[in-house]
Amino acid sequence: MEAFPRPRPFEQPRTSLLERVGFANLDPIALIAGIALIGFSIYTLGVATQDDIPGDPYYYAVRQAIYAVIGISLMLAVARVDYSRFRELRVGIYTAMIVSISLVFIFAEVTRGTRGWIELPFFRFQPSELGKVLLIVTLAAFAIDTARRGSERRRTLRLVALGLFPAALVLLQPDLGTALVYGAVTLAVLFIAGVRWTHFAAMFAVAATVVVGVLVIAPAVGAPILKDYQQDRLTAFLHPSNDAADSSYQINQALIAVGSGGKTGRGDDATQTQEGFLPERHTDFIFAVVGERFGFVGAAFLLSLYALLIWRALRTLTLSKNLYGSMIAGGIAAMLMFHVLVNVGMNIGIMPITGIPLPLMSSGGSSVIATFVALGLLQSIYVQARLSSKRGINSL
Amino acid sequence: MYGREGDWHGPPVPGQLALRVAILGGVALVMFVIIFLRLWYLEVLSGDQYLAQAQNNQVREFTVQAPRGEILDREGRALVENRSALELQVNTKDLPVGRERRASLFTRLGELSGMTPAEIREEIRKQTRLLPSSPVTLQQDVDFETVYYLRENQSRFPGVSVERVYVRRYPQGSLAAHLLGYVGEVDKEDLAQARFEGLEPGDYVGVGGVESTYDSLLRGVNGATRVPVDASGTPTGRTLTEREPRTGNDLVLSLDADVQAAGEAAIGQFALPGAFVAMKVNNGEILGLGSAPTYDPAAFAQPRLPMATARAIFGDPDDVATTGAPINNRAIAGAYPTGSTFKPVTALGALESGELELGDTVSDGGSVSYGGVTFENAGEVAHGSVDLRRALQVSSDVFFYILGADTNEQEGDGGPIQDWARRLGVGEPTGIDVAEEASGSVPTPDERNQAYARNTDPESPSGETVDITEGEVTDRPWSVGDSVNLSVGQGDLQASPLQMAVAYAAIANGGEVVRPHVGLRIEDPQGRAIQEIAPAPRDQVEIDPDWQRTIMAGLHDAAMSPGGTSYGIFGGYPVEIAGKTGTAETSVGIDQSWYVAVAPYDDPKYVVATTIERGGFGADAAAPATLQILNELLGVNEEKIDQVSGTSAVIE
Repeated sequence: MEAFPRPRPFEQPRTSLLERVGFANLDPIALIAGIALIGFSIYTLGVATQDDIPGDPYYYAVRQAIYAVIGISLMLAVARVDYSRFRELRVGIYTAMIVSISLVFIFAEVTRGTRGWIELPFFRFQPSELGKVLLIVTLAAFAIDTARRGSERRRTLRLVALGLFPAALVLLQPDLGTALVYGAVTLAVLFIAGVRWTHFAAMFAVAATVVVGVLVIAPAVGAPILKDYQQDRLTAFLHPSNDAADSSYQINQALIAVGSGGKTGRGDDATQTQEGFLPERHTDFIFAVVGERFGFVGAAFLLSLYALLIWRALRTLTLSKNLYGSMIAGGIAAMLMFHVLVNVGMNIGIMPITGIPLPLMSSGGSSVIATFVALGLLQSIYVQARLSSKRGINSL
Repeated sequence: MYGREGDWHGPPVPGQLALRVAILGGVALVMFVIIFLRLWYLEVLSGDQYLAQAQNNQVREFTVQAPRGEILDREGRALVENRSALELQVNTKDLPVGRERRASLFTRLGELSGMTPAEIREEIRKQTRLLPSSPVTLQQDVDFETVYYLRENQSRFPGVSVERVYVRRYPQGSLAAHLLGYVGEVDKEDLAQARFEGLEPGDYVGVGGVESTYDSLLRGVNGATRVPVDASGTPTGRTLTEREPRTGNDLVLSLDADVQAAGEAAIGQFALPGAFVAMKVNNGEILGLGSAPTYDPAAFAQPRLPMATARAIFGDPDDVATTGAPINNRAIAGAYPTGSTFKPVTALGALESGELELGDTVSDGGSVSYGGVTFENAGEVAHGSVDLRRALQVSSDVFFYILGADTNEQEGDGGPIQDWARRLGVGEPTGIDVAEEASGSVPTPDERNQAYARNTDPESPSGETVDITEGEVTDRPWSVGDSVNLSVGQGDLQASPLQMAVAYAAIANGGEVVRPHVGLRIEDPQGRAIQEIAPAPRDQVEIDPDWQRTIMAGLHDAAMSPGGTSYGIFGGYPVEIAGKTGTAETSVGIDQSWYVAVAPYDDPKYVVATTIERGGFGADAAAPATLQILNELLGVNEEKIDQVSGTSAVIE
């Protein structure tokens, strides 16, 4: 016991409360953009879906708020963990992902033509949503793993196989849109992993052959692989004015909704949403709701938030203290880009209807929570990079 | 992307990775540029064009009428059903604008419907004034040729359509018309009432009878179909949402259609206004209730009620004496003096006052004088020494005159006679579940004296100026003569046949004042009972069993023993009954015939009250009519009734 406390060295910075709980090194821009998006989502659902559930005007808004609280909590929790720990658990995580996606074939009932959901006591869980994030984390780990073994071609083939296996499972549910997301994040991880350009060229050639085979040759020879409605949905955006078909009707209504919003939106006169012309307005077509209600200004604001998030993901990629972090950040950036491009593109008539959600905007717990977990990973990479830079260690 | 950020520099990025990140960033940039350009094109450059499309993309809600529940008798026989009818309707909102275009449309429409353009205009004007927002119905039961013609030439008939609607059908014709009531379109003013909450102008609701009292249960809930329409209001195909209409519940009545038919025939045979009630003594279930003259409720299921039919049913509005109108339900809304059928009430009052003991006799010399006025028996017959039982049998007026004068009080609310009338429900609403019941009244000294005080103004005690033609005023105060009149059911007493049936039921069942009801059960459209209707008795009064036995015995003797007032009718009846005739003196100068019967005498099950306006003595019209109703109730074959030679007193 010393009689007098030792004086604190003058140079040593005072540790703030934020630092002590581990939030001091978070990326504030990504944090704000994420919270702004979910806030915008809750507001939009609150004003636009009041008549959807009779007697419960805030059904979707209240649920989205609950998912937001769960998601943000998970994001902050993941941000505190060193993401490198996930690398050690890659086999376990990958297995868990495959098992959870497979479970839907056993337990889930077919909803809206697909069986992607598992009924839990409190909500319906969609394993393939969280699966995207888990695939990024594990695929990046396997990429590091295989970097120094065997030939590069074998490595590429192995990684492609690891990425396409869950994609194939999701495709069988059948959920084409989400399967394409798995493909996109696989490509992104391989891209950041440094796979040769020639390998990419070969992959594109194979992919192009498959697409042409499925969409053009197989129906032509009388052995269609896609069901009729899937084919319709994929090609309907090429002829939106023909309003006989179901898919083109939806596209047409979405286009009218977005277009009628004009510069500043129709506010409470948003008849496309209010009178039910717009299908799936709380999920797939929520961007059209924003476009109609808040106009170009509102849609541009929303897109800016996504641009901010994607910029921060790419920035985190470059800051990461190791290649593993960069690959995860690249995968997440690609995931966000793909979702925004395909979903918004579908709403404005330049992309086929594939039914994938707009991250943090579309109503739905699985998607909201999975996206926040992904943002948590980005924060973790950012935090670790800052800490290591302070310590002067750089493993790259 | 590689710039400074705050106080912290990132690590150097290797060249190969930098290139790939740059490519990824480039892809993102191109993506956002494409999306922004497309949004700019859609919302800013083509915004007006899409806005026009959105405004052309409107929704119209069509109401799908819910069928009303059916009304059945206690055996399940349908009294009111629905049928679907094709109606030729005009939607005024969609009519062409401009005099000439409208005129030519009405000409074409006139050729189609057989109406003149003037009639069409008049009909549209009349119906839109009542129900501004609902379509105007021109014709019902349009034939299919018209439907097809209209469909093929729809463009030449803007705003004209044929709609399938449900209308009421009455398989038993006019049977029980007064009890059933009818349905009509509800208008804006009615909608302010709480019972019409949630309805739209033009929805069908019950008017009168059980259609009105059980309206909310019979009504059902209309469905709606939301259909997208273009700017001209033409559906563009595809239904957005659909809400199925919910059929109303069925109402099962306690009514027996056979008893009802027998009753209507019995009172209808005289071609005079009249009414009857047949009710269960123990629980107030109505087995039959009718009023003559009657009307055909199917008239109200037509889109228009012709003026002549309306006058025939509701009476001429210019004629003051519309009491003869068929719409009036005399069995519950009639307020009449009841004649001698009131005597059992007087007997109970006198017995309670203690002035009359069961063994007491009175010497009936044929007349009695009070205050200088001589009150005589009908026909000036002297019945000699009579006790209560005998007095009821022969209907001795003098016996009851004396009770009225000596045992009743001539001030305040009156005495035990008024008291017992009220206790048994005479002169008060019975609370039956049929709309438009009248309360009637039992005269009291206070009421008459107050009315007289108002009349004798300005020197009168109250000192206000009163116009004699307005309000109830009278030319004299209460006197003992009023009690004498009341004791035999004459004078100012006003009661309905239903009230008399309830009072006799209470005497017969030992004091239970039942709440009469015609509704028995509510069933959902699948036929499952969802509500039993069994209202609790209104009151329980104490009647000394000895008094009750004596009164019932007197009523039995009146019908079944030689010398009884209706012995000539019921003397040979195979079932022992108790019954009382009544002959009410009325202002028209011709007596009103009454009869109230309880049967069987030993074990009372049914009470039947019958009255025939201007029918003469009770035994002339009401008693034979009651006999026909009892035949149906008790299953008595007309031929089994022995003819008795009792030509004795039909006079009272």
